[in-house]
Amino acid sequence: MTPLTSCLLLSALLFTIGLAGALMRRNAILVLIGIELMLNAANLNFIAFWRYGPNPEALTGMMFVIFSIGVAAAEAAVGLALIISLYRHIKTANIDEVNSMRG
Amino acid sequence: MLFLIFAMLTVAGAVAAMSLRNLVHSVLALTVAFAGLAAVYLQLGAQFVGLAQILVYIGAVAILIVFAVLLTRDSEASPLAIVGSWKGSGVVALAIFGILAWAVDHSAASRQSVLPQPEATMQQIGNALMLRFALPLEIIGLLLTVALIGAVTIAMREKKEMR
Amino acid sequence: MGETADQLFVTLQHWLVGYAPASLRSILSALLSVIAILVVFALLFAITTVLERKGLGRIQNRYGPNRVGPFGFLQPIADGIKSLTKEDIVPRAADKVVHFLAPVVLVIAAFSLYAVLPIGRNMVLANLDAGVLFFFAISSVMELTIFMAGWSSRNKYSLLGAMRAIAQMISYEVPLILAAVTVIMATGSLSTVTIVERQAGYTGILPHWFVFTPWGFAGFVLFMIAATAESNRSPFDLPEGESEIIAGYYTEYSGFKFALFFLGEYLGMFAISGLGITLFLGGWAAPLSFLTWIPSYLWFFAKLLVMISAFIWVRGTLPRLRMDQLMNFAWRFMLPMALLNLVTAGVWRFLPQGLLRWFVCALLVVVPYVLLGRGLAQGWRLEKRVYRFAE
Repeated sequence: MTPLTSCLLLSALLFTIGLAGALMRRNAILVLIGIELMLNAANLNFIAFWRYGPNPEALTGMMFVIFSIGVAAAEAAVGLALIISLYRHIKTANIDEVNSMRG
Repeated sequence: MLFLIFAMLTVAGAVAAMSLRNLVHSVLALTVAFAGLAAVYLQLGAQFVGLAQILVYIGAVAILIVFAVLLTRDSEASPLAIVGSWKGSGVVALAIFGILAWAVDHSAASRQSVLPQPEATMQQIGNALMLRFALPLEIIGLLLTVALIGAVTIAMREKKEMR
Repeated sequence: MGETADQLFVTLQHWLVGYAPASLRSILSALLSVIAILVVFALLFAITTVLERKGLGRIQNRYGPNRVGPFGFLQPIADGIKSLTKEDIVPRAADKVVHFLAPVVLVIAAFSLYAVLPIGRNMVLANLDAGVLFFFAISSVMELTIFMAGWSSRNKYSLLGAMRAIAQMISYEVPLILAAVTVIMATGSLSTVTIVERQAGYTGILPHWFVFTPWGFAGFVLFMIAATAESNRSPFDLPEGESEIIAGYYTEYSGFKFALFFLGEYLGMFAISGLGITLFLGGWAAPLSFLTWIPSYLWFFAKLLVMISAFIWVRGTLPRLRMDQLMNFAWRFMLPMALLNLVTAGVWRFLPQGLLRWFVCALLVVVPYVLLGRGLAQGWRLEKRVYRFAE
């Protein structure tokens, strides 16, 4: 197994774990954690391709990860704000019970 | 070898984060996964990204999630931690992993020879950020400002409802 | 002569490593540096506890510890024996694993901060390309350990203290990093060793430290205020304000774990003072050009001791802030000042050398200071204090 393959497999595994968690868990915060894990898996792919791919001097993969980390921070902040505001309205963070459009 | 240890740490942290019952334990396990990933980045020679990963994910995102957990505590009492349709979700996740692993194994990229460690000094990263990627950097700055204002407005208690 | 004394420990390390087989040399040399850091800073911690208690005692018009050893200087040994032999109590409701991990991770993180601090010429464990970033990344891990401690104790005082600590540390991390960014802008490097090298050299007898420029001075003051808040020292010690929430996040810790928290907190304070010295006070460089014969590491520790004394002095002098005052100060004074200071550093860089840039930059620091200070003091009503309930 080449180093690139092992990195990509780790990333695929991480993505799957995040996806399974985001689909299966009831709590909205855990869904958000799952999404964060999937984002991280994508970042790992970018870094692995930067390291082992052609033309690493351009730093494109690395730049993408730097911006992706910035976007993920913004995403977490807004997502958690939504969860907190939702919790205030209906007193639960359980996504199964959030099924009405009335608010 | 070192990579294997970090990879196992990351996967163990991720699995624990998604399967533990207690939400705070989940977040702590998540930080282990983030730290393992940061170690993988450092080992791949991406020093800046690895350290930024620790600073942003462990120092900011994990703490944000912890605050959210404490502000919305009802989940510890809930008897069912997983959704009703968990079997279908599990099949979907496994299928996606199978496809990804197959694609990784059969792609041409995985059979390339290993290149020597590329240089990525702070100087180069700074130059790239300020010259070639200046516009994305500005947009990220704008996005973060908008997200900050948006998050505060959403999470702020509405004054009228209080009375 | 001066050269030999200066490089004494470096030569000693090379000599010791020379006896090892070639394959083990890099590991051994790193190990030696780690052991040196562990011993020296643990010793400094012991000395500082006595100095602090004696200094506070003098400020409060009493003697302080003076029973164990000459002038009470063996007090830390007695304290160490006491904390080792005390019973280690873990509350029944506590989360045992997290409760145990919190002090351990805190101390490991605090020690790893020293990896990037240049203690003397050629005396740094890891000359990382992104040294300053490493420092801030590790210190953000310390925030999480505080949460772990506060949450796992299952005690409302612990949780309150941890929440206060995290809110405070996040708020003050912003001006702290922004103050450090000015130096990074001026040197164009994140490596601590390069930052120290850029401050080398003297004009006449005065050194080229960044603290002797308008933006550097403002940055240094902002940095040290934020550093006091980051290390939870008085007057920013709300997280452990004993009159309100007992001991904050380490209320439920006893025995050796409590000692570990104490150690971690002091190590954090030394490390952040060390970073302040590295960024603004020329690191290990001598303050006057004719004093360069004194070994570099002695200068570093002399500066560190001055900083520690300043911390003790401040602790003995200032009263504790209120939570709203703390947050107002961070967001309405520190943050705008730090942002303006970035602009000042840029202006300084692009103006030609001479009196003009001194004048413009000093103006850029003083005017916002006065205006923001007035804005902050607007709601204050300074009057004679009346004790309504203490008749």
